[in-house]
Amino acid sequence: MNPLKHKKTIWDKIHIDLPLLLALIVLLAASLFIVYSAGGQELPIVFRQLKRLGVALLIMVVLAQISPSTLQRFVIPLYTFGIILLIAVLIVGVSSKGAQRWLNIGITRIQPSEIMKLLVPMMVAWYIGKYHLPPKLKHLFIGFLLVMLPTYLIYKQPDLGTSILIASSGIFVLFLAGVSWRLVGSVCAIGAISAWPLWTYGMHAYQKQRVLTFLNPESDPLGSGYHIIQSKIAIGSGGVEGKGWLHGTQSQLEFLPERHTDFIFSVLSEEFGLVGVTLLLAAYLFIIARGLFIAVNAQDAFGKLLAGSLTLTFFVYIFVNIGMVSGLLPVVGVPLPLISYGGTSMVTLLAGFGMIMSVATHKRMLVHT
Amino acid sequence: MFKGPTTIRDHSFEANLFARRAFIAFVFVLILIAVLFINVYQLQVTSFDSYQTRSNDNRIKLVPVPPNRGIIYDRNGVILAENKPVYNLEGISEKIKDLDKSLMALKKLLDITEQQEKNFLNDIKHNRRFKSQILKSRLNEKEVALFSVNQDKFPGFRVEARLARHYPHGDTLTHALGYVAKINKKELLKLDAENKSQNYRATRFIGKLGIEKFYEETLHGTVGSEKVEINNRGRVLRSISFTPPIPGNDLVLTMDISLQKAAQAALKGMRGAITVLDAKDGGILAMYSNPSYDPNLFVHGISSKNYKALLNSDRPLFNRVTQGRYAPASTIKPIISVLGLEEGIIDEKTTIRDQGFFQIPNVKHRWRDHLKWGHGKVDIYKAIEKSCDTFFYDMAYRLGITKISNFMAQFGFGDLSGIDIHEETSAILPSVEWKKERFNESWYPGDTISIGIGQGYWSATPIQIANAVNILANKGINHPPHLVSVAKLNEQLTILNNEEKPPIILKDNNHWDIPLRAMHNTVQKKSGTAYKAFKGHTYDAAGKTGTAQVVNIAQGEEYEKDKVKEKHRDNAMYVGFAPFSSPEIIVTITVENAGGGSSLGAPLARKIMDHYFANKAAEIAGNP
Repeated sequence: MNPLKHKKTIWDKIHIDLPLLLALIVLLAASLFIVYSAGGQELPIVFRQLKRLGVALLIMVVLAQISPSTLQRFVIPLYTFGIILLIAVLIVGVSSKGAQRWLNIGITRIQPSEIMKLLVPMMVAWYIGKYHLPPKLKHLFIGFLLVMLPTYLIYKQPDLGTSILIASSGIFVLFLAGVSWRLVGSVCAIGAISAWPLWTYGMHAYQKQRVLTFLNPESDPLGSGYHIIQSKIAIGSGGVEGKGWLHGTQSQLEFLPERHTDFIFSVLSEEFGLVGVTLLLAAYLFIIARGLFIAVNAQDAFGKLLAGSLTLTFFVYIFVNIGMVSGLLPVVGVPLPLISYGGTSMVTLLAGFGMIMSVATHKRMLVHT
Repeated sequence: MFKGPTTIRDHSFEANLFARRAFIAFVFVLILIAVLFINVYQLQVTSFDSYQTRSNDNRIKLVPVPPNRGIIYDRNGVILAENKPVYNLEGISEKIKDLDKSLMALKKLLDITEQQEKNFLNDIKHNRRFKSQILKSRLNEKEVALFSVNQDKFPGFRVEARLARHYPHGDTLTHALGYVAKINKKELLKLDAENKSQNYRATRFIGKLGIEKFYEETLHGTVGSEKVEINNRGRVLRSISFTPPIPGNDLVLTMDISLQKAAQAALKGMRGAITVLDAKDGGILAMYSNPSYDPNLFVHGISSKNYKALLNSDRPLFNRVTQGRYAPASTIKPIISVLGLEEGIIDEKTTIRDQGFFQIPNVKHRWRDHLKWGHGKVDIYKAIEKSCDTFFYDMAYRLGITKISNFMAQFGFGDLSGIDIHEETSAILPSVEWKKERFNESWYPGDTISIGIGQGYWSATPIQIANAVNILANKGINHPPHLVSVAKLNEQLTILNNEEKPPIILKDNNHWDIPLRAMHNTVQKKSGTAYKAFKGHTYDAAGKTGTAQVVNIAQGEEYEKDKVKEKHRDNAMYVGFAPFSSPEIIVTITVENAGGGSSLGAPLARKIMDHYFANKAAEIAGNP
């Protein structure tokens, strides 16, 4: 690298990717307004969200300082520790809403599956990145196991949403590493064929119900189809320009369920219309493009795979959430990234962006190593 | 610990491979974002109208607002039926601070039964927290005051006023006004069938009897509505628009409450009916059936104890004016005389020799006069004045049943009078056909004889008799009897019941005058049967007494041993009008098992007429 060509800026020194940071800040600021409207117009909720944002941004900045090589050094013990925590959750976890996701560690409760959202792509990226790309079948197989073990443990909690996100993050690493198209094709075929036994034996009754409701929500308008119908009404009645901030009747009059968490996209669509949706999607697209740009320009395989996988997983959040609330996908508990109210996913997401920034800003150091 | 790969890595190849894969991934991302966008576009643009409608359906609710029922006035503007606030003690669960403590304290303050408390707690449990529930209904004024003074001690509780029908004159007008009560299932089905249920969405009461039932549609009005915004739990957040209900029409009756009260007072302690018609237009000035009952008992649902008390042998629920079937007896003698004159059977000078009985030629049976030794030489005047039976036996025999029946039908006998309440019977005007159908027997000449004095198979309701006398006094002009004259909405008046029926036209107007003069004599001449009762009156009355033998007033009474004697006594009857030259009022009296019309019927009529003319004089004096 020619130091004349690339002058180190103040942002490089503090390991922050400015375009990414600005895009994130814009979305997070917007989220405060939407959460205020969706949360019953109560300021305390906004303040709580603001506090979490502060913590999450701090964690992002801290992680951005840790170089990818340092991360690689600790990836095995971290991953192992994560798996142990997941097993512990299944044995001594705390239940909430029919699922065992939390671990009580005295001072606070932690959700190990959230940490795994970062550790799984790290672990697989490290393992696959060790070898030549494209990976050999043996490494692929082991990599796949590294993904499926935590995926299964989380699915058992049961937490379908998170297990999908974790599986995708691992699979993305394998895909980006250059798995042959033939293998991609056969895996897809096997997946399609195994859908039937999964439906018959592998899914909980409530999960099946969600899928059925998704296929025909109007069949049970007051029961399980209620959420989707009300959400579609909210989105549809927003029209092009929306009903205006704080004026969405579906959300303000509480016809929308979970309106400040999973269904916050419906609130946004109702109050800001197609204009708001377009701006949101544009912002997301920018972040994804920037993330992939960083990945492509990363200097080693680990950095590329990690940044690429985290970026694409970020997109899975978006697609699953918006697809769910607008009736394209079954109801799966995945928040709208950077917008939904809630601390845990916010911290995980920004931590991920911290790692992407680290990949973006630690190039020269890697070269000299 | 880091074990490097054994062969040298081709970094540019790997970078290219990754870049290609990242590019492919990005293309996928673009496609999927386009899918999301197209889907949202379809919801927000293509199907916008449908979702906007559904969104409004979610949040906008129409709350029906009941119209106020029309008020009923008497002819002078006195309120006979009104809507009065009823006070209920209600509680809203979410605003009540300490339910148990509040209830304990309220029980000390007011008389609240275990059942009321239980119902309240149950209602609170099974309804939305913001809905008001009734703890105690129909508080009296003292209870309202007691609660109001202590209201600040009971947050969440309040006294709510609702309008309910009230009849300030109690049992005085029941058989005319009827009453309203809660709508029952049968009535709901009927409203549904008539497509009226929409208009009754907010209405709780419906006319059950009398004017309240007959004029239900006029009195009810049109439901209004309030458009409100609600949230997902149905809580009303704000009012969007209000369409006020259109109140029902007020009704002005032809009745005069003061005269009605006089009729009630006159009948005190007797079973019977008094009807007073306005001779000018057939309007009913008073109609009272004794015994009566308080209609207010029925409005909020009558207790079974109170209801049982009304099922006694004096039958207060029974409207004697329009449903009582009585032998009209001698009261029809003037009308049958009109027929005799018209048919040429008799004239002003015709006389008979009454030796106390009548016999059909070659038949042994004697139809007796009420005067055992007979009235001697009798003409039409004397026959009416002294109510000679034999004269009318003879005339009826010579007229024959068919002529009598056809003529009496023109006076409304055997048919509904058309009075504007539904509780009416047509009673029986006998004829050859009627007997054939009823008993499958031929009509015998002997059957006709007692028809001549208003007995036998003949029965009539007091309102029919009053109507017939009205036609007679007006010399054939026929104004059917009615209770309501005007419907009033705001300042808009609708005149009701002013139609006339075709008049009865005779060959010779004198055929009206002779019997009417005889009725005049009945009151005015010393020998008349009503002279004594009307002695000293000032308004030139005319009338006819009647004493009906009780053969079959059986309207389903039970055979009661200790009452047999009383129930076999004669019914006292009287029909009359005044003033003679230009009749203003028609009064008819029927008193069950009282005795003679002369001694019992006529004095009651006098009381009514005295009252009417005294009032009139006072009115004239008051408005010079």
